This record gives sequence, C-alpha cells and structure tokens, in this order.
Amino acid sequence: MKTPRELKVKPIRNGTVIDHITANKALHVLKILGLPSKEAAVTIAMNVKSAHIGAKDIVKIEGRELQSREVDKIALIAPNATINIVREYEIVGKGKVKLLNNVNGLLICPNPNCITNTNEPVISKFHVIDTEPLMLRCYYCERIMNNKDMETQFKQN
Amino acid sequence: MVFDQKNIISISDFSKDDIEYILRLSEKMEPIARSKKRSNVLSGKILGMLFYEPSTRTRLSFEAAMKRLGGSTIGFAEANVSSATKGENLTDTVKIVAEYSDAIVIRHNMEGTARFASSVVDVPVINAGDGAGQHPTQTLLDLYSMKRLLGRIDDLHVALIGDLKYGRTVHSLAYALAMFDVKMSFVSPPELEMPRGIVHDLNKVGVSVNETNDIHSVLEDTDVLYVTRIQKERFPDPEEYAKIKGAYMIDKALLEDSDLIVMHPLPRVDEISYDVDNTKYGKYFEQAFYGVPVRMALLKSIIESYEK
Ligand SMILES: [Zn+2]
Repeated sequence: MKTPRELKVKPIRNGTVIDHITANKALHVLKILGLPSKEAAVTIAMNVKSAHIGAKDIVKIEGRELQSREVDKIALIAPNATINIVREYEIVGKGKVKLLNNVNGLLICPNPNCITNTNEPVISKFHVIDTEPLMLRCYYCERIMNNKDMETQFKQN
Repeated sequence: MVFDQKNIISISDFSKDDIEYILRLSEKMEPIARSKKRSNVLSGKILGMLFYEPSTRTRLSFEAAMKRLGGSTIGFAEANVSSATKGENLTDTVKIVAEYSDAIVIRHNMEGTARFASSVVDVPVINAGDGAGQHPTQTLLDLYSMKRLLGRIDDLHVALIGDLKYGRTVHSLAYALAMFDVKMSFVSPPELEMPRGIVHDLNKVGVSVNETNDIHSVLEDTDVLYVTRIQKERFPDPEEYAKIKGAYMIDKALLEDSDLIVMHPLPRVDEISYDVDNTKYGKYFEQAFYGVPVRMALLKSIIESYEK
C-alpha cells in the first residue's frame, strides 16, 4: 500500500516549513534557530528521499513565521534550504536561504587563544571568504574556520 | 595618494600604495630619528602604551618614535604592574587609557586583542603584537630596512630561514613581500615548513617560491637572509633539536664570498654567531634602528588624520 505523504510529515496550519535541508542537519538547524521554543511546535523529518538532492531533512514550525534574516544563518550548514511561509494550510511565501557575508554571534572561534574566547564583552564575527568549500575568517584573530571546525561546534552541547 | 587608515592592526589591511606611502614618509623621518633635525609635530600628544606582554625593544622603539616627534608616553610594560592582575578586564583598561591619550599601542598574548581594542575606543590603535597573530609595524620596518639597505624591494631575492611554521613575523613578511616583484626562498627543517595555506596564497598571486631544507643552496643567489629563531619547545627530543639548530646557524664562514645581507627581527639567541655582527653582512642592528622612523611615520599619520 502506498503511504500517503501526509503521514510522513503532518501539514501545518500557520507557520514555516524549511525544506531541502542537507540530510541529517535538521537538529543543527533547530539549534541555530533556537527551536523548539514555548510558542512554536516543531516537527522534523530526517533523511527523506528527494528528487533534487538525494536525501533531505524537513523542519515544520507551527505558529511562527521566520524572518528571512534569521533563516539566512542556516545557510552555513544547509545551503540549499528553502523557506515556505504557511497561512491557513496555504503556502503564501517561498524563498531560498542566502549565505551572508558576515556571521555575527553565532559561531565560536576555533582558536582557543582568540580574544573572543575570553570573558571580554566581545561578540564573535566571521567573514565568509569562500563558499565551495565554505571558509570563514575570524574578524579578530584572522584564523580560518572550515566546514569541519563548524560541524564539531554544532555537535557539542 | 591619501593614507587614511586610522588603526594599524594587520598588514592585510595595507595596500601596496599604503606601504609605499609609509616607507616614503619614514625616509623623511630618518634625520629626526637620528637627532640631526628636530620636530615638534606631535607636541602635546600622548601615546598610551599597554604592554600586557613584555617586549622591551618594541616598547622602547615606540617610545623613542613618539618622543622624537615632540610627544610623550604613558602606560605599563608588563601585565603584572597593571590592574590586569587585580581582575580588571582589558576592555575597561583600554577605554580608560583612551581617555588619557591621543593614540594607543597595545601588545597582548591573545590573538585579535588589538582589533578588539580598536572597536571599543575612538582613538587610533596600533597593534604591537597579538600572540601568534599580527605585528604589522615589524613587517613595515623589515620592508623599510630592505629598501634602505639595498635601495629597492622589487627584484630582490629574499630567503626566509628558520621556524617558518610558527613564526608570525615571517608569515606577515611573506604576504607583504608578495605585493612586490620579488623572489622568495623558504629555508627550514621539514618539521617547520611554511604553512601550506600561505604557500598556496602566494602561488595564487603569482609569486614564485623556492622551498628547501638546505641553507647552502640559496646563499649564492640571495640578496637578503631573513633569519628567525628555532625554538627548543618545538622539538621533544633535545638531540634532534641540537642537530636541527646547528644546520640553520649563520656564522661568518658560511657567508664568506656571498653578496647578501643578514636580517633578524631580534632578539637572537645563538642562530647568528657574534662574528657576523661587525661584517658587511650583519644588518640587524640597523634594522632595529629603522623601527624608529617607521613608527614615527605611522604615529604621525594616524594621529594627524584622527584630528581631521
Ligand atoms: Zn578568532
């Protein structure tokens, strides 16, 4: 018997659907977005077959419309993700995440001797210097951060 | 051209025009640095010096530069004489000293400190070394020394020798030299080679780099031997260290018949023998002097442009 699509991921009434997330990165995406939270219920589907990218993750957030600025942060780990805004079960807005030139406050510098890893009042700041593969440079200590450094960071805590 | 940098944090902020501007201005500062002329362009100005990590030579060089231009200095030479030991954070100290001075020089053992300091104060900030990070005034004085001692930077063949892996001085210098039309050789033990990322960057901008473990192979063709110290801590085995160290030691006999100059950021331990000091090769004390006119040029430029 063919499984109806709806059973895999329950449709939402109002909120945001993040689709085409790189497979197995849904939990990292939630961490970046600070979800789940009090007002937003979250449904996750992981390793779903996709015609476009082989396998993907999907995140559905009931009760919260995400602003594109905050969603762009997830481009770091899910560069192909698409954003759908849902109202009354209808998709009313569609968009792609965009990698920003600067990533502020989200990442920890991999250099333990960097001033951003002290208790001085300083927020981490990285410039994206390359995208394929992803490379970021710490604005303060100029250390290069690659994909691997970033992955280990999202795995921690 | 206009030199419009407010802070001197990293050599990567400099264009070739910026570097050439500072080198030209340094030349004008030289007679004042040698006490042959007098200047009061920074009269009444105060330089705040925050040396969380001791570096007598760099600190005195900045002090001499400021005083030669009629200015004065305040500050501390080590963290333990400052309030840092009482738990006051760096941010507060930097902000307070900025209230007392017209520019700040900072040296700290953590990378990124100078960039951070420049983001919390209005006055110009100069990085006098941040851990394994940047030390841009050293790089500028190295370039100025080459220009003064050999008349040019373009067309030179510069050999960087010693610890090329961890030495921040040689990393910055390699990037700065890459803006000129130079040939570079990297001479080091295999364990302390120039990081691949830097070699890659240099190749990308079209610089030809020759890498070798054998110092003899570069002597004939080189204009500048830029020597750095190989630290004992890099080698767990003391015998291995002694062997490596010996292979990269410079003495008068090694240099005989060559036509090159020897530079060193100082302080040296024993990587250059004392018998090189008074030969036509040994130029490291002159190099140390050139730090003063270069720092004068930087202080004058940033303090004057901050006032406008
Ligand atoms: Zn950093």
